Amino acid sequence: MSEALVRVDNLSVSFAGRTTLHQVSLTLEPGQIVTLIGPNGAGKTTLVRSVLGLLEPQQGRVWRRPKLRIGYMPQKLQVDPTLPLSVLRFLRLVPGVGRAEAIAALAQVGAQQVLDTPLQQVSGGELQRVLLARALLREPQLLVLDEPVQGVDVAGQAELYRLISQLRDRLGCGVLMVSHDLHLVMSATDQVICLNQHVCCSGHPEQVSGDPAFLELFGQDARSLAIYHHHHDHAHDLHGAVIEQPALTIHGPVHRHGPDCKH
Amino acid sequence: MPDFLLNALLAGLALALVAGPLGSFVVWRRMAYFGDTLAHAALLGVALGLLLDVSPILAVTAGCVLLALLLVTLQQRQPLASDTLLGILAHSTLSLGLVVLSFMQDVRIDLMSYLFGDLLAVGFTDLLWILAGSALVLLILLPLWRALLAITVHEELARVEGLPVAGIRLALMLLIAVVIAVAMKIVGVLLITSLLIIPAAAAQRHARTPEQMAIGASLLGMVAVCGGLTLSWFEDTPAGPSIVVCAAALFLLSFVMPRRAV
Repeated sequence: MSEALVRVDNLSVSFAGRTTLHQVSLTLEPGQIVTLIGPNGAGKTTLVRSVLGLLEPQQGRVWRRPKLRIGYMPQKLQVDPTLPLSVLRFLRLVPGVGRAEAIAALAQVGAQQVLDTPLQQVSGGELQRVLLARALLREPQLLVLDEPVQGVDVAGQAELYRLISQLRDRLGCGVLMVSHDLHLVMSATDQVICLNQHVCCSGHPEQVSGDPAFLELFGQDARSLAIYHHHHDHAHDLHGAVIEQPALTIHGPVHRHGPDCKH
Repeated sequence: MPDFLLNALLAGLALALVAGPLGSFVVWRRMAYFGDTLAHAALLGVALGLLLDVSPILAVTAGCVLLALLLVTLQQRQPLASDTLLGILAHSTLSLGLVVLSFMQDVRIDLMSYLFGDLLAVGFTDLLWILAGSALVLLILLPLWRALLAITVHEELARVEGLPVAGIRLALMLLIAVVIAVAMKIVGVLLITSLLIIPAAAAQRHARTPEQMAIGASLLGMVAVCGGLTLSWFEDTPAGPSIVVCAAALFLLSFVMPRRAV
């Protein structure tokens, strides 16, 4: 366990009396990609903010490895239009980063062409790459990416996911990623956590069988695209509370959620 | 050149120099209303300074600092939006300042000079205070420059990268408070914000880096000070408003000038 980068134990967070996270636990390890998926208001961003230390845990514990270097890619970057800031200057806001390092980081994410472009004129897909480059400049042990493919077209999404997985291989860092999409998660994800205020389920994403039609359709991106099949043994009402349902799955004994279960 | 004019010129130039970079942050961070509120509160500082018999420049700085702290506390404690809070604080402190002043009948003060400035009455001691205040602001601002830019671009990113965001934000508020205390003698509480934002806004269109905008704002501010004083000297117009009028003219001119190709 001492290898872990971050450990979250039974974290609960509520805002104005409304529970956002209920007894969530997770462990992030070096070289592992963990993807958080879940609907709007499931608490994904709250969990990410807790991991980053931007939010104090109200109940439970968030442990970070001492002096952990985190590269963070925020969901949105809105820079006031009056601030004249090129991509290069934006990257050089990281302490100790010179021109050469900034260019190298942009090259790693394949966005050298925007080096001197004003930040406000960079397109959505390019901006995501620039943000990723800034996260890399921290030489991170942990990359935290909040919806990294937001505003990127489908082909670009697959490419960006592939890039993230390559960076993980090269840097050996852990990755915590938020994805809004229930169906599109990368095959390189080691663990998927389905969050809806509590951890509904978690595990390895199912590999898509090597369907020739599928491979043909997506070409080399096929490996980065996987349909994550999973069964829920419960449903949620509008408030996110668990509704008991008869188990429909045919796989072995099923855990029944209830007020006593620890996730 | 007569002494009073030289004093006025030096004081105005020093203020324009520091108002450039700070004003740029006021524009980037949309703090214009915040600056206005601090400036209104400055009059309360003057009144309390006279009441307690301390130097007005110190009293104003202290008053602005207290207001900034009060504002941060209120923002965290209750749900009213920032601009509502600022509106409440700006006008209640201005009114309170006027009410307190009216109680001090033994002190003869020229209210107009506090509201619109009295640059031509800047004495040697005033000048020293203004120069010292400006130097202090520059000395604090320069090492903080990159950190201030970082929190202006994205506060949470800056926090994850290890910057003490709350402290830096407070430092910026304090620097603005000092500049307002310095500027009060020059353009008066009602016109201070204009000297922060008009040169910065004028420089914005033609700047390609944050530094170009900050230095450009300083230079334009200095031109406005020279122009305003000249106008005041030859046409006997009030010095503070003349400077603001010049700055506004420069702002309009920045729209007419063709933009450099990037």
